[in-house]
Amino acid sequence: MDNSEISGGRVADVINRAAAVEALMEERGMEPAAAIARGVQSAEEDWVPRNGARIVAKAWTDPEFRQRLLTDGKAAAAELGFSMPAHHRFLVALENTVDLHNVIVCTLCSCTAFTIIGLPPDWYKDLEYRARVVRQSRTVLREMGLDLPQSTQIKVWDTTTDTRYMVIPVQPPETLGWPEEKLVEIVTKDSMIGVSRLPGT
Amino acid sequence: MDGMHDMGGRQGFGPVRYQPNAPVFHEDWECRVNALYGHAVRLGLFTMDAYRHAIERMAPRHYMTASYYERTLTSLATLLVEKGVVTRNELEAAAGGAFPLAAPSAPGRSNLTPNYRFQSGELVQVRNVDFAGHTRLPSYIRGKRGVVVRETLAYPFPDAHAHGVVAQDEPTYDVAFRAEDLWPNDSDPATVHVGVFQSYLMPAGEVARGS
Repeated sequence: MDNSEISGGRVADVINRAAAVEALMEERGMEPAAAIARGVQSAEEDWVPRNGARIVAKAWTDPEFRQRLLTDGKAAAAELGFSMPAHHRFLVALENTVDLHNVIVCTLCSCTAFTIIGLPPDWYKDLEYRARVVRQSRTVLREMGLDLPQSTQIKVWDTTTDTRYMVIPVQPPETLGWPEEKLVEIVTKDSMIGVSRLPGT
Repeated sequence: MDGMHDMGGRQGFGPVRYQPNAPVFHEDWECRVNALYGHAVRLGLFTMDAYRHAIERMAPRHYMTASYYERTLTSLATLLVEKGVVTRNELEAAAGGAFPLAAPSAPGRSNLTPNYRFQSGELVQVRNVDFAGHTRLPSYIRGKRGVVVRETLAYPFPDAHAHGVVAQDEPTYDVAFRAEDLWPNDSDPATVHVGVFQSYLMPAGEVARGS
């Protein structure tokens, strides 16, 4: 992309701009290298959709946990060892059914329960999704490959406060009775955002 | 502010550039920048609300064309300059070229008055008040009516918190709007749930007396 007209002069490449910030933070004694090492590890190993998948699998197999999850998602996540940043004060688990489909967006920026369902992908933060999914939910979901029957009600959740959301997808009927460890493998990030349903549901 | 970032309901956009199970990062610098802004927040240099607002203050032309992590980078650099940690000249010298930053901020505001407490099931109207600073009130609900589903947690009031203005933490509400009410005759039927700060709301019965 060419940003050359934005501020008059030739704009430095974004990689060089990022490196400049990092170098100056180092010079100011802010110890960016350690923060980057921690941040990269968190992003790659800690904030993964498998966390949310474990929560979903547990909710499918343990009715009492499911109830605690629906009452206070942050506390239920903590039971399984998953934390959220202090400023995310609450997690709302939104349960899909055959007749109800929940889908999450942040129209103003990119807010997600990233420690639980993973950091959001590009399309979630892009202009198209943010502009359209609140207004044309059924059409947008269909374009993304999820063609819901007209009888299925849609709820769109705009993440405008620091309360966070995750969708509990419908459990595929053929997986009823599967052990929790096996169920974890079938739950995707996209199904917990609500732009897809699991096969057979 | 009625900024370019306030995307909900804007028309003219094409299909979502969707890729199932898409990767989060593409290049090394993106993950590094993501870690750096989080580090600055933890150091207490600025709040998440200030971080969001510095993205919103980017020139619209820049905002629309920048990748997500370029927006993160621009916000971080802008706030480092505004907090006096670095200068723009230092940034540009180190980067070897121009370093576009976000525009200056307008003043913030404290909690709005009168400030009402609402009950589940109550019909409410979103205040129709313009404001040039940071706000978490998306413009597509401004002036619209919805129903309080329930009170949710109290949070720092963003319109103040992004600007260092003193304010009380405020209850928020899960408010349900009908897409058909938000965009009559031109929307897919759905319920749109928005987390709304108490200051942004008034009883629907107050409508006749203005905002």
